[in-house]
Order: sequence, then structure tokens, then C-alpha cells
Amino acid sequence: MLSPMIQGILTTSISEGLVYAFVAIGVFLTLRVLAFPDLTVDGSFVVGGSIVAIMIAGGYNPFLATIAAFVGGLACGSTTGLLNTKLRLPALLAGILMMVGLYSVNLLIMGRPNIPLLREITIFDSVAMWFGTVRSTILVAVVFAVVVFIVFMILNWFLRTEIGLALRATGDNEQMVRSLGVDTDKNILLGCAISNGLVALSGALVAQNQQFCDVNMGIGMIVMGLAAVIIGEVLIHPRGVTSMLLAALTGTFLYRLFITIAFRLGLAPGNLKLITALLVIIALAIPFIRKKIRHEWMPPATRW
Amino acid sequence: MSENKSLLQLSAITKIFSRGTVDEVTALDNVNLLVNAEDYITIIGSNGAGKTTLLNVIAGVFPPERGGKVIINGNDITGLSEYKHAQYVGRVYQDPYIGTAAKMTIEENLAMAVLRGQPRGLKAASNKQRRELFRQALAPLGLGLEDRLNALVGTLSSGQRQAVALVMVTISKPALLLLDEHTANLDPKTAQTVLGLTEMIVQREKMTTVMVTHNMELALRYGNRLIMMHEGRIVVDLNQEQRTGLTINDLVTAFEQASGRRFIEDNILLKR
Repeated sequence: MLSPMIQGILTTSISEGLVYAFVAIGVFLTLRVLAFPDLTVDGSFVVGGSIVAIMIAGGYNPFLATIAAFVGGLACGSTTGLLNTKLRLPALLAGILMMVGLYSVNLLIMGRPNIPLLREITIFDSVAMWFGTVRSTILVAVVFAVVVFIVFMILNWFLRTEIGLALRATGDNEQMVRSLGVDTDKNILLGCAISNGLVALSGALVAQNQQFCDVNMGIGMIVMGLAAVIIGEVLIHPRGVTSMLLAALTGTFLYRLFITIAFRLGLAPGNLKLITALLVIIALAIPFIRKKIRHEWMPPATRW
Repeated sequence: MSENKSLLQLSAITKIFSRGTVDEVTALDNVNLLVNAEDYITIIGSNGAGKTTLLNVIAGVFPPERGGKVIINGNDITGLSEYKHAQYVGRVYQDPYIGTAAKMTIEENLAMAVLRGQPRGLKAASNKQRRELFRQALAPLGLGLEDRLNALVGTLSSGQRQAVALVMVTISKPALLLLDEHTANLDPKTAQTVLGLTEMIVQREKMTTVMVTHNMELALRYGNRLIMMHEGRIVVDLNQEQRTGLTINDLVTAFEQASGRRFIEDNILLKR
């Protein structure tokens, strides 16, 4: 039997992991599949939250609101993709500009910095009503698990289709893909759109779960997604579509586990971002340090 | 041959880089070229002669200056983007790394390549039938790659990667095959192997081919027509009969006469 404390830690990290799984999958799609370091995430996460909040507060069906949030994310990602492909802005800069711009957009959508959803009917309440119960932690976790599973299966299939393969190849060797008759601009657009759509979906679900949306709730999302993706890769060494997706999910759980334990050990919530940043720095520096010890050559870091 | 029978028609192709600046370079100067179906043309010329710029225009990397036309199989594709040119034109690059995707398997690379010029949809990228096709395409290379479909291309040697790139370009049977010094980066023995494979595939598929090379010997050994470029112009154009029995020295003389320069002064980079 697990002690209640360990049980508590596991439950928290699994449910939190499910909550933020889409952010990790979104970051995985841009960073690893497309090789496009997309920082739009911090903004598009809140876009999802703010669309869902303003619509639910306005009396719309929560499912419709959640779909609208996903579409809002698609639009954000497409814009980042357009900046990169049509105006040739470096990926990082395009993402940063979007992130900054979206902050104001989110304030415009919500009309204020914070919308509470305490008395509104969210999709969790709706699902609970179908089953004739009220919302509970377990129910929320089950809803998240179902949505994560569906998205996982769809992506696992999609990345093996002809279009999906071309998307992956675009991240690997763009020139080759063009010379084989594929419009790589379109692929970058598609990948960024799907990625940010999922991130916005996550924002929409998180807002409904915590029953409010705040304009600042996206800060550090990209780093959290990065941490999850990198931790998953370090531990799983994925090869192939399924294992890469599984690595992103596993990474999210492990990251959450790590954070939950840190909180239990007395970490102040304010230090969370610093810990996360340090985690990513360590994970990214390990390959270089390892090579240094073995006296192997490593190319200088890219500046863009 | 009449104009409408030619597979590729280049007319009045001029390309100027950095126009209006002190760095202005005329890379191509009013080039006209008709390539007949099943022609195998070798193009030689020193660095800066315009060979690669010509291939880039044919492949659609950039358009020619106004007035130039690129027509393939009767379709005017001037100014269309590179990926649209790719419907008709397959290209093997000098650098094997450009022609293959390292983090994908041999099978995935070929699955990308086999759909050149076709719409891509939501069907599975590979299946049993396609795998069989890939094995058949790889087997003649004699490198054993047909049994390693699941190997990541990044784990192959440069020569193997170039062989895979060659199969990738030819598996979809493009109307025109461009070989851009595709053996220049390989060691002599591997280069020999890849050239042999190229010859085999070109003959088997009766592909219309344009090969750019620095190597005069190769230019004489392969193909049925030899073109020499100099300062953005075609200065020598020899058909099968004219080039039969020619030696490298004859080529040097022809070059000197056509360009009005001593070969030795011009560029030692025209390798013997």
C-alpha cells in the first residue's frame, strides 16, 4: 500500500499533468516536429482561456466556447506561421512578437484582466450533469484523460499520413521537401496552427477547471512545455511517432511530479518559474557538458 | 527537332544578381536551350560560368529576369514557385545531406519522394505495396539498403545517402532529372559507384537528364550532348556525333576558341 502522502502526490501530478498535457504536445509539435521554436504559446494559452471565459460568462454553451477557443488558437498559430513564412521573420522573433501582442488582444477579448467563472456552467459541470453527479476532482481528471487520449490518438494517426509525414519532413529538411513538390510554407502554417490550437484548448480547459481566467495565466507556459518535452526525451529516447508523443506526455507527468514534490517540501509558489527555468537550463546543458567531458566537438549554439 | 517536341525549352534566360549595386553580377546572359526528350546533356564550365544558376532557374529556386521563359512538356512554368517546378523536375544535389532527411527512416524518405507532384492526403504514408516498391527500387543499388528500410538515413554514409537521394529523385520518374555535381563531394570510389547507379537508372527509365559537372572526363564519358558554359553563356554545344572521339585536350581547345581566352589563364578549376 502506498502511503497517503505518496498517493496524494501521485494524484496531484497525474491530474495536473493531464491538465497541461496539451501544452507539452503543442510545444512538441512546433519544436520537435517542425523545428520551429514557437513562443506564441504564452499568448495563445490565454487566448483560449479568455475566449472561453467571455463566452461562458456571456451565456454560451461551454462546449461551443471550448471549440471557439481552439479555433482562436489556430488563428494565433497561423499568424505566427505567416510572419515566419511570408514576411520571413525568424521563428523566435515571430513568436515573441505574437506573445507580446496577444497580451493586449487578451485584455481586449476579456475587457478586463480577470473573469471569474465560479457561478457559470463549464464543460465539467455539463459532463457531471449527464452522469447525474456534481463536478469533482476525479470527474475533471477523467474528462481531461478522455480528451488527452482522443488528441493523442488523432495525432498518432495524423503524423503517419501523407500530410503528416510531409510536416515532419519539413522540420527535418525543408529544402528537400520543397524539391519533392511540397509547399513547405503551408506545412509550417499548418503545424503552428495545430500546435497553438491545442495550447488554446489547454488554456480553455484550465480556465474552466480553476473557474477563472486571468490575463497573466500564460506566463512561463512555453518553458513548462519545453521542460516536459525535454524531460520526456532524456528519459525515453523516443524513436518514431508514438514514442515521441508518449515522451511528451510522460515528460509532463514527471515535470508535475517534480513540482508537486518540491511544493510538498516547502517550495514557495513564487519560486516555481525559477525552478522550471533552472530545470530546462540543466536539461539543455547536459549534452554539451557530456561532450566536453569526453573531449568531443559540439557546434556553437544557434543565435536565432 | 521541332520546338513542340522538345521536353524543356529555355528562351532568353537572363539572371542578374544584386542589380543596381556595385556587386551586380550577370550570372546568366540570354541563354536559349532546347532539351529533347531522352537527351542526356552534360554541362561543364568553370566556377561562375552560370551552370548552377541555370539549374536553379530550371528548378524554380528563383525566376529568370523578365522576358525569359521556362517551358516543360509544353507547360509554361516561368515564375512558379520551386515546389511547383518539382512536379516536373527532380534534382540530385552536390550535398547528400540536402537530398535526404536525416531524422527519418529510409522508408519515410522514399514515402515522401514517391508522391512528387501528387496531392498528399490523409492516407497512410506507407503501406505494404509501397514498401515492396521501395525494396525493388533500392535493390539494384547493391548496398543492401532494401533490407534496412527502418534505418534512420542519418546513420548512413555519404555515399549511401547520395544513392538514396538518387533513388528518391528518380522513383517518381520526373520529366526532367537534374544532377548538380552530384558526385563532387564523394570519394573517387563512391563517386564511381553513384555514377554507375545514375547511368543505370537513366538508361532504364530513359530519363531526360541534365548533369552539371566540373569534371571534363565525366562530361565526355556520359550523355549524348555536351554543353560548355562561360560567363553566363553557352559557348560550346556538341551533339552525339560531334563529341564522339573527343579528348579532354580537344575540349580545352574548343573552350579557348569559344571564349577567346587561354584556358590556363581562365580557371584552373576546370578540372582535368
